[in-house]
Amino acid sequence: MSEEIRHEWPLFEVFVRAKRGLNHVHVGSLRAADHEMALHHARDLYTRRNEGVSIWVVRSDDVVSSGPEDKDAFFAPSGDKVYRHPTYYSIPDSVPHI
Amino acid sequence: MSDVAVAPESAGERAFAETIEKDQRVEPRDWMPEGYRKTMIRQIAQHAHSEIIGMQPEGAWITRAPTLRRKAILLAKVQDEAGHGLYLYSAAETLGADRGDLTRRLIEGRQKYSSIFNYPTLTFADVGVIGWLVDGAAICNQVPLCRSSFGPYARAMIRICKEESFHQRQGYELLMTMMSGTPEQRAMVQDATNRWWWPSLMMFGPPDADSPNSAQSMAWKIKRHSNDELRQRFVDMTVPQAEALGVTLPDPELRWNAERGRHDFGEIDWVEFKKVIAGGGPLNAERIAHRRRADEEGAWVREAAAAHAAKATRRRETGA
Repeated sequence: MSEEIRHEWPLFEVFVRAKRGLNHVHVGSLRAADHEMALHHARDLYTRRNEGVSIWVVRSDDVVSSGPEDKDAFFAPSGDKVYRHPTYYSIPDSVPHI
Repeated sequence: MSDVAVAPESAGERAFAETIEKDQRVEPRDWMPEGYRKTMIRQIAQHAHSEIIGMQPEGAWITRAPTLRRKAILLAKVQDEAGHGLYLYSAAETLGADRGDLTRRLIEGRQKYSSIFNYPTLTFADVGVIGWLVDGAAICNQVPLCRSSFGPYARAMIRICKEESFHQRQGYELLMTMMSGTPEQRAMVQDATNRWWWPSLMMFGPPDADSPNSAQSMAWKIKRHSNDELRQRFVDMTVPQAEALGVTLPDPELRWNAERGRHDFGEIDWVEFKKVIAGGGPLNAERIAHRRRADEEGAWVREAAAAHAAKATRRRETGA
């Protein structure tokens, strides 16, 4: 069983740019032997109906992400800096275009 | 403190309950109850297996489609089913399931797939009726799953539902074409409708009173509507489509109930349903044997591609 799992192709995450001017967005994952095959599979799997003009594939192993458990500590620094938001500043209504 | 007597609840449990309560999505790395994880893996895997096994009944007609147009349509449709299976395996893998392991469970008979695919496709009219009734029933089931509480599953379902609409319409159009043909062609459509109607109704699962996991799935917002409610919706949607097509649905008890504002219909043969689920349908053994053969015959390709990739990596690393 472990023998067979070792033969399983690695997992890749797929990102598709839907049209020019937009960011690449994560759409899912797939299995492939290498990057080139991952690109071809991604085209066949995620863009069968003109859903994209560009594709990125990334080995899932290479993705580093923040964990939900350290959400509070990780994102806390942005919570108490209200002065980063435009609504923090009061400007009289009579002042135009600001 | 006053709440000392209350059973301790972890931060994870609280966050999970709040996510469900607020109708937000659970994401793969969030804490979730073990039962939720198991249910999700089982449901997504069964759904993925159904898509993959579902390629067989219609795939059998690709070489025999009557025109190039129908052949191209059928090829695209069967390719979509493969794609749907892969979206779903991808969703299952976010929960730590392994795709190869899930396939092994399928071909060893340890995981199930929809009972509908254990019936044979005897004529080309079956291809049309599968699109109309089987994909129609699948759409009824799947649209609410786009709001399922598990994020990757809900997102896969959105993608799948967009594509299913083509499946149903091509089937109905195929049947309309046959109904405008010869008496023999019309008889084929009626015959296929007769054979697929009841198995399509079974696709919604056992009646609510006999569906032990439903309540928990509803509480977790994996499921949004009961089996019987979705089945009723499907019947109400399909009756006018059958009329427009000019076929009779094979149920003498099927009639409009003005009081309920819905259709009444006859009792489903639950003995047959259980028999097919348990492996005793017309083609259970053949479907699995075919899947196993495809897996075994494709093994050398998977191994060769892996060996090629390993060699290319070695060469890159040594600069040779």
